[in-house]
Amino acid sequence: MGFDIDKIRADFPILLRQVHNKPLIYFDNAATSQKPKAVIDALVHYYTHLNANIHRGVHALSQEATDAYEQARDGVKTFFNAQFREEIIFTAGTTHSINIVAHGFRSLLNPGDEIIVGQAEHHSNIVPWQMACDLTGAVLKVLPIDDNGQLQLDALQSLLGPKTQLVVVNHVSNALGTINPIEKIIEMAHQAGAKVLIDGAQASSHIQVDVSALNVDFYTTSAHKMCGPTGVGMLYGKKELLELLPPYQGGGEMIKEVYFQGTTYAGLPHKFEAGTPNIAGGIGFGAAIEYLNEIGLDEIAAYEHDLLLYATEELKQVQGLRIYGDVPLKTAVISFNIEGLHPYDVGTLLDQMGIAVRTGQHCAQPVMDFYGIPGTVRASFAFYNTKDEIDTLVKGVKRAVNMLL
Amino acid sequence: MSTEAQQDIIEEFALFDDWMDKYEHLIGLGKNLPLIDEHYKTDQYIIKGCQSKVWLRAEQNEGRVYFSADSDAIITKGIVSVLIRAFSGLSAQDIIDAPTDFINEIGLSDHLSPTRANGLVAMIKQMKLYATAFAAQNNA
Repeated sequence: MGFDIDKIRADFPILLRQVHNKPLIYFDNAATSQKPKAVIDALVHYYTHLNANIHRGVHALSQEATDAYEQARDGVKTFFNAQFREEIIFTAGTTHSINIVAHGFRSLLNPGDEIIVGQAEHHSNIVPWQMACDLTGAVLKVLPIDDNGQLQLDALQSLLGPKTQLVVVNHVSNALGTINPIEKIIEMAHQAGAKVLIDGAQASSHIQVDVSALNVDFYTTSAHKMCGPTGVGMLYGKKELLELLPPYQGGGEMIKEVYFQGTTYAGLPHKFEAGTPNIAGGIGFGAAIEYLNEIGLDEIAAYEHDLLLYATEELKQVQGLRIYGDVPLKTAVISFNIEGLHPYDVGTLLDQMGIAVRTGQHCAQPVMDFYGIPGTVRASFAFYNTKDEIDTLVKGVKRAVNMLL
Repeated sequence: MSTEAQQDIIEEFALFDDWMDKYEHLIGLGKNLPLIDEHYKTDQYIIKGCQSKVWLRAEQNEGRVYFSADSDAIITKGIVSVLIRAFSGLSAQDIIDAPTDFINEIGLSDHLSPTRANGLVAMIKQMKLYATAFAAQNNA
């Protein structure tokens, strides 16, 4: 199917609304994407026709709900090209996914072991590892970025050593939009005998990810950044590694047999899915993936890249505007500041014009410290945005500059 | 009951028909805010809860409390300058008792995002905390 922007925009009911009496221009897609009607309908359909607890009822409704939920897992498995369906753990989102792995590694790490973490990580890919290090005596090493926000691979080579157990980096930086060379990073880490976790939250709806081809050990994402509902996400892990990790939470669903003398755990993926899961969320996640598949991730990536190039060129016309992470390999994210202006002032005025951007540190304080700035204005585009909207943004930025300077 | 200064502020903001005029006014106020003495821009005086940094200091002179402030963002400076006008020069007890609904009346809480609205709340809270401390001192 060709890329029909009018048809696509019509799939997103929220794009019709007004903000401060102006048509909404939503450029905060890196924080969360909007939801197409197909996803909203899937949620409504579930609660209207299928609602039942899954994996345990003998009754028809429970079986139908279980089927729908497990079908969603199959959809996710295919989308990321995992080898086995039990390698797909449904979680509450990327943060939860990373915590499952970081928590599991607490029992595998020894004092002096090393974890290498990227300098441009979201806090959720820093703090769980700091906690694991604090408890085990392992050491956190930082893989630095250069002035353009790109990870320095030569530094990785010298950081990797016999003590390195894990390398954890994002696929795409949430603060800058820069795409990391994860193929190379995975290869280098594996050569040194280390495992790799990739935080894919900012990549999944923009770049086709093939976890098997990447040979990645763990890959995490959130459905809500991929047109899916909030509160649901994925942890992909290689089967043998997931089997090695202890469970994260105890409860129902994750057990095989429970005696007061001891309990045996369920197999994958249920070992990591204690309690009643976010059933509607999982089904909505499946619907989101179907929706993205229908449009085609390659089509989406090409269209968004075109938006990125256009916006970059137009924004650069604004005097004093600096883009952080201005490199060729990027998703459609522009993180910028204007000389002499606080990002918060710019963002506040853009909001008054109906333009939603993110301002601040983007949960990546080390990146802001690296550049010595209080934060940035971040405009992040999705495949339902248009060049007309970008024109309005550029006009809005110029207007804000005139008001503030 | 709003204080006299608050009434003035409400009347002043009622003159603006659209957001742009209002924000231009706030920005103007921000630019004219007397700066806090540079050596007070320390963690001791910083207010958390804003995306931008706000430093707020209070002193009591002849039974009246005076505030000075600064921020790294200009609109935040404008807002804190409105708050200073509303509360500065009152007695500690009057500041404690002063209502804060004028914020709604001048349309700031409506127009400011939740993160910023929290900053606004944090600023008022800090001003009232200073006043409470002075009131305790005065009664001691």
